Amino acid sequence: MQQSKSSPGSIKKKKTATSAKYGKAVKKRLSKTHPIVQLQNVKRIYTLGENKIYALNGVSFAIKKGDFVTIMGSSGSGKSTLLNMIGCLDLPTSGKVKVNNVDLSKLDDDGLTAIRRNNIGFIFQQFNLIPTLTALENVEIPMIFNGESSAKRRKKALAMLKKADLPLEYADHKPNEMSGGQQQRVAIARALANNPPILLADEPTGNLDTKTGHNIMELLRELNAAGTTVIVVTHDPKVEEYAHTTIRIQDGEIIG
Amino acid sequence: MKVTKRLSAMLSNNMYAELAKRNLKRQSVRTVLAAIGIIIGVIAISSMGILGNSLKLSVTESFADIGDKLIVSPAPGEDYITDRQIDQIRKVSNVESIIPVSASGEAIEYRDGGTEYQMYVSVYDIEKEDLEKLVELEDGRFFKPGSTDCVVGYSVADNMELTLGQKIEIDDTKLRVVGILKERGMGFDISTDTGVFTSSEMYEKLYPDEDEGYDQAIIIVRDIDEIDAVSDEIEERINKKDELVTVFATNMITDSLDDVFSSISLFLMGIGSISLLVAGVSILNVMLMSTMERTKEIGIMKAVGASRKDILKMFLLEALFLGVVASTAGAVITISGSYLVMELLVKNTSYLFTLSSMFYVTEGFFFGIATSLVGGMYPAWKASRMKPLDALRYE
Repeated sequence: MQQSKSSPGSIKKKKTATSAKYGKAVKKRLSKTHPIVQLQNVKRIYTLGENKIYALNGVSFAIKKGDFVTIMGSSGSGKSTLLNMIGCLDLPTSGKVKVNNVDLSKLDDDGLTAIRRNNIGFIFQQFNLIPTLTALENVEIPMIFNGESSAKRRKKALAMLKKADLPLEYADHKPNEMSGGQQQRVAIARALANNPPILLADEPTGNLDTKTGHNIMELLRELNAAGTTVIVVTHDPKVEEYAHTTIRIQDGEIIG
Repeated sequence: MKVTKRLSAMLSNNMYAELAKRNLKRQSVRTVLAAIGIIIGVIAISSMGILGNSLKLSVTESFADIGDKLIVSPAPGEDYITDRQIDQIRKVSNVESIIPVSASGEAIEYRDGGTEYQMYVSVYDIEKEDLEKLVELEDGRFFKPGSTDCVVGYSVADNMELTLGQKIEIDDTKLRVVGILKERGMGFDISTDTGVFTSSEMYEKLYPDEDEGYDQAIIIVRDIDEIDAVSDEIEERINKKDELVTVFATNMITDSLDDVFSSISLFLMGIGSISLLVAGVSILNVMLMSTMERTKEIGIMKAVGASRKDILKMFLLEALFLGVVASTAGAVITISGSYLVMELLVKNTSYLFTLSSMFYVTEGFFFGIATSLVGGMYPAWKASRMKPLDALRYE
């Protein structure tokens, strides 16, 4: 992971670790800088009949707190699987995934849910809002599961929508009454609901036009500047420009 | 306690309730159809219960004298209850009073101008003090000892259009009606409604041959719980050598009536529960469809932090909502429907508003909710077990 990209206006960072060298020395150095996400020799194997498909084949890397990372790769490269691992939606066949220094393999379903709820905000390509709920209610959903009171929820959800730059008159609109960009803003506000340290975005601009996509990426950059670790899966080189770090993946292996 | 506390917390956290409401509204036709199933089930169970209960009430009400009485009558082959036997009964403990009864079947006549009435009645010889313990007056007073006065039962007065002061004839002997009794219904001791009661002197004059003893004795016990013990003791004392008397406890009949009617009620409600079973299956179906359709949403919910319990709660709350609304509707329809039927067909709605009838409505109501919850349980469990990733990918 020596890929280093400087996007316009971002702080320039230089990555020195290489995947080949990623061993004890690197690990030691990373632990000093408190990696928020850590993968060690992660394999994810799907069995289709007699064929074994290696979605991930021994992937190791670490992501520092406050980083802006893109995971690049063509479709089928394993990048989404990687994102799902970090998002506690999927568990590795072998290897170790640590989020906020917690080993996911040691957690049961409820434990994974708790990690997901408190540490990770998801942003999807399809926005994935609940169609029966208004923008505001959609943002409230993660807070409900976090057990927050209704008054507090409402207040916080409005603040999040503001943070995500959704004009407030849309707060009581249902998803089908909003444009794609607006929906993605709601989704981002939802992802921010429980103040997670990590935002995971799977092709967040994939369903948006160039301009809207740019706006959404700008928003993610602002959030990153405010301290949130942002990890974006994409195949769009324009998205890569916003990142500090890029992880390239092909056939389930990191190639740079 | 813990459960109710949690439930109220869940409801006050009104998003769950809101979600459930909106999800039910989303497929409103399907929701209504499922609700109709529950409604029919609740109606079936509670109206069958009410039907059985009303039947029981109407029958038991016609047996007026059930309870604290024993009736001692001559055993087969014996003609009378003797004074000696009465004395023996007097020694039995827990006996409140002994009422010796003599009775004869008789046709009585009454002429009112040109109209002549005739009726077959029972003429009784019961002491005035004893009679007061058994019957109540609707009008007039009891007869004076030694007089030619008589008191007639409700049906006698009703059928012959008798009023106070008129005279009835028994074998050319005239008796003046001084009292009319309240309607009492069927009895095991004496047939009050078709009875004519007169003084002992008058009775002896009418039936001079019947002075060897009494036709029966009515025993009122002090404590209803002791009724069996009293009955046993009487038999023990009198039937020591030969079977001289038969003792009949009136509560026996209530017990067996209760048995019969609870089986009838149970049977009727069983029929009702079949429809509720069908409703349960339809709820199961509706909720299963709903989980399938919402697979992706469940995935989203899980991705944004919903635990298995949260998902389970959401779906169960939906089922609970459906159950409560439909069961309430069912209960309301049952009560108003039964009221209408009873008002129109039997013109008596008093059986509906009894505790026991309302119990069946409540039972139907809770069965409805329970069915809905049970029907919703498997789909909710299934939804909660979905893997978030698979659910998210579902299209």
